[in-house]
Amino acid sequence: MVEDPLRNMPPHGQAIGMELVGYEGHKVTVKVPYGEHLVGDPDTGVIHGGVITATLDNASGWAIRARTDKPEGVSMATLDIRIDYMRPAEPYQDLLVESECFKFTRNVAFVRALAHQGDPEDPIATSIAAFMLGTPSGPRE
Amino acid sequence: MKFLQELRDQGRGQDMQAVLKYIPYAQFLGIEVDRKGSEITTIMPFKESLVGNVNLPAIHGGAIGAMLEITSVIQLLFDTSCERLPKTVDISIDYLRSGRPQATYGRAIVTRQGRRVANVRAEIWQEEKGKPIAASHGHFLMTPI
Repeated sequence: MVEDPLRNMPPHGQAIGMELVGYEGHKVTVKVPYGEHLVGDPDTGVIHGGVITATLDNASGWAIRARTDKPEGVSMATLDIRIDYMRPAEPYQDLLVESECFKFTRNVAFVRALAHQGDPEDPIATSIAAFMLGTPSGPRE
Repeated sequence: MKFLQELRDQGRGQDMQAVLKYIPYAQFLGIEVDRKGSEITTIMPFKESLVGNVNLPAIHGGAIGAMLEITSVIQLLFDTSCERLPKTVDISIDYLRSGRPQATYGRAIVTRQGRRVANVRAEIWQEEKGKPIAASHGHFLMTPI
């Protein structure tokens, strides 16, 4: 059974306003409605790159969770993420992120993601991330 | 109204705390700036809404990424006199340790300042500066005056 990633909506995702739109196979779609608290440039109303970073990171983790062929409930930690910003987001429009876990091994999962505002052919940002699997699930020493 | 220009006209162009006040998302994260001479340290006090993993608990990787990006941009604004906020072209983030539920500190170095692009490295830490929890390097597009 697929673990419902919504159950794992972290407080920071909630604070930003992330919503899980859906998931299928190796792919997950996440939405962030436009919000005044997310603005990075007050002159233009464009949302901050950090919002995009947080959403890409979160959606990437969910893409691993959505895979049914991996051990259920395995803990994970982002090892690294590289984000390329192609264009500023249009203000007052929702942000959509599509992520895909295209490969995982016993220890590492590889995920790509794309942020857009309705047309994936006109991306705002793309990311590539590696996640460590089976990380400690208690507080760090 | 261009807020950076406004601050500069008021003679507060180097007041990074004032700059952050204008950025709603920086306020949302609760990021502050401490300046000692020419050294800038960003501070992100812990709060519940930063949590990404409730079991550990750990600060969300996205909040950590945002802190690195803001630290980089603040250093760029401090070092240069750009008229607009630098635009992030790309940023590469290494997560080194989980972010504990406590205050996080950040420093950045502009490794190269070109005419159009600046390279910036940033590091954030918690209890010990020598044990960073995350590091980044990014490229930022500068708008020439």
